[in-house]
Amino acid sequence: MSELRDLYQEVILEHSKKPKNYGELPSANHKAEGYNPLCGDHYTVFLDIKDGAIENLSFHGSGCAISKASASMMTQSLKGKTTAEAEALFTQFHDLVTGHGNPAEDMGKLAVFAGVSEFPLRVKCATLAWHTLRAAIRGDQEAISTE
Amino acid sequence: MSTAVKTPRPAPAVGSPAYDVQKIRKDFPILHQQVHGKPLVYLDNAATTQKPLAVIDAISYYYRHDNANIHRGVHTLSERATEAYEKTRVAAQKLINAADSKEIIFLRGATEAINLVAATYGRKNVGAGDEILITAMEHHSNIVPWQLLCEEKGAKLRVAPINDRGELDIAAFEKLLSAKTKIVAVGHLSNALGTINPVREIARMAHAHKAVVLVDGAQAAPRMAIDVQALDCDFYAVSGHKIYAPTGIGFLYGKTELLEAMPPYQGGGDMIASVTFDKTIYNRLPYKFEAGTPNIADTIGMGAAIAYLQDLGLDNIEKHEAALLDYATEQVQKIPGVSVIGTAKEKAGVLSFVIENIHPHDIGTILDHEGVAVRTGHHCAQPVMQRFGIPATARASFGLYNTHEEVDVLVRGIRKVIEVMS
Repeated sequence: MSELRDLYQEVILEHSKKPKNYGELPSANHKAEGYNPLCGDHYTVFLDIKDGAIENLSFHGSGCAISKASASMMTQSLKGKTTAEAEALFTQFHDLVTGHGNPAEDMGKLAVFAGVSEFPLRVKCATLAWHTLRAAIRGDQEAISTE
Repeated sequence: MSTAVKTPRPAPAVGSPAYDVQKIRKDFPILHQQVHGKPLVYLDNAATTQKPLAVIDAISYYYRHDNANIHRGVHTLSERATEAYEKTRVAAQKLINAADSKEIIFLRGATEAINLVAATYGRKNVGAGDEILITAMEHHSNIVPWQLLCEEKGAKLRVAPINDRGELDIAAFEKLLSAKTKIVAVGHLSNALGTINPVREIARMAHAHKAVVLVDGAQAAPRMAIDVQALDCDFYAVSGHKIYAPTGIGFLYGKTELLEAMPPYQGGGDMIASVTFDKTIYNRLPYKFEAGTPNIADTIGMGAAIAYLQDLGLDNIEKHEAALLDYATEQVQKIPGVSVIGTAKEKAGVLSFVIENIHPHDIGTILDHEGVAVRTGHHCAQPVMQRFGIPATARASFGLYNTHEEVDVLVRGIRKVIEVMS
């Protein structure tokens, strides 16, 4: 049960039920779609990037609690960050959920996803929105797939 | 953690008195293990079934004593290997009551069987403007081979609708049949919904329009007695790993006159009678469709699996699983927020469900922590999910070794899911 509680922490459940920055972003100048064909998780990430900084961002779509909470908390932690900072945070987050290294101090609330590393099958859920974010920043045209 | 859930009522005694599930479970070594500190409850039998010792031992025995190539050497080992391999063909014939063992073609599984029919019968008999008719509840393996064929030939894929219970709309199905329909391809038992299709009626309707009927029997073969002559289907596809046999083996049944007229599937050794650079004469049935050295060991393993099933009796297995499904459906429906997807009147083996506001993937992870293995996702039947407007379901699917106590563990697990996620 403790492993399960590590995965499904209160913060994660709250974000999955009431996601932040949820919906389309009218001012978006970057967007990308992400899809996990294995479980049907499907998200779009919208970015408003000005002078290399993420002025605003949002997401919409559907999926499991882990993927939705991850998307919600990602949008919260990236507002105002530069795209280079976002890419760096992507790497830190990826290391966190795959159990590589300790969570960096500046990860803030995202550290609650450390429990995912005990559930290798759920890593894709936790990182789907992040992969989609990176595709949106880089302007990749094709929808991102976890497979 | 304590739960306020009352202990469910004791499991009723069901099925044939001779059907001793505790004794049967001893035949399956894999079942006796713990997962996350809990006894394994394996309810993913529609994905693949576990293998009895008889199967594991048959494969081991073959490699220890009889391994040789078949249908050639005159030496003793080759003779023994060939005999064991061909014995499985007769066992498969009897399992589905085919008229002749040469109507059984060994392949990798139901997927390859369907692809064989599409690539040989389909390529020869389907042309531009023709139609292939399937149903809205098919597994991807009974959709995509036909799409490929339609694309190649300029033919059209038609799809018969299903109702809200997940049953084929048989009137709509009949209306879609016409002189253009060359092939009708239907699942006998839906892997995502559990629906049993009225194959005999489908075949009668299709034959009235001179279409041939392929039945995907992957889910039905482990769950009910099959009689292809009574069903009057033209092709029947079976996967070994779903009938308690190894992965990578299965078979296609086809009526002799159709198989005789079909071009070969692959070229190579064993499928020929004679080869010169000018002309090759193909071998007789069934070898015309079995090019190259086949999967001998797993075929022999499948023979052991069929013997095991027939020893228990498919009718007894069907009764046992029906009792489990009834009990599970009743118990699961009592849980607030749980909905069963697929409520056909004729149904077997599969319980697909969703829980309000909880994604199936989260259900799967939490049940796994309780030792319960279920499948979550679209079950390779995305059109079915679209039909019901859901991204995925959780699916418990039963096997001949499951017990009422295991259903109770599943039900407690679902309550736990709701507790963790709320």
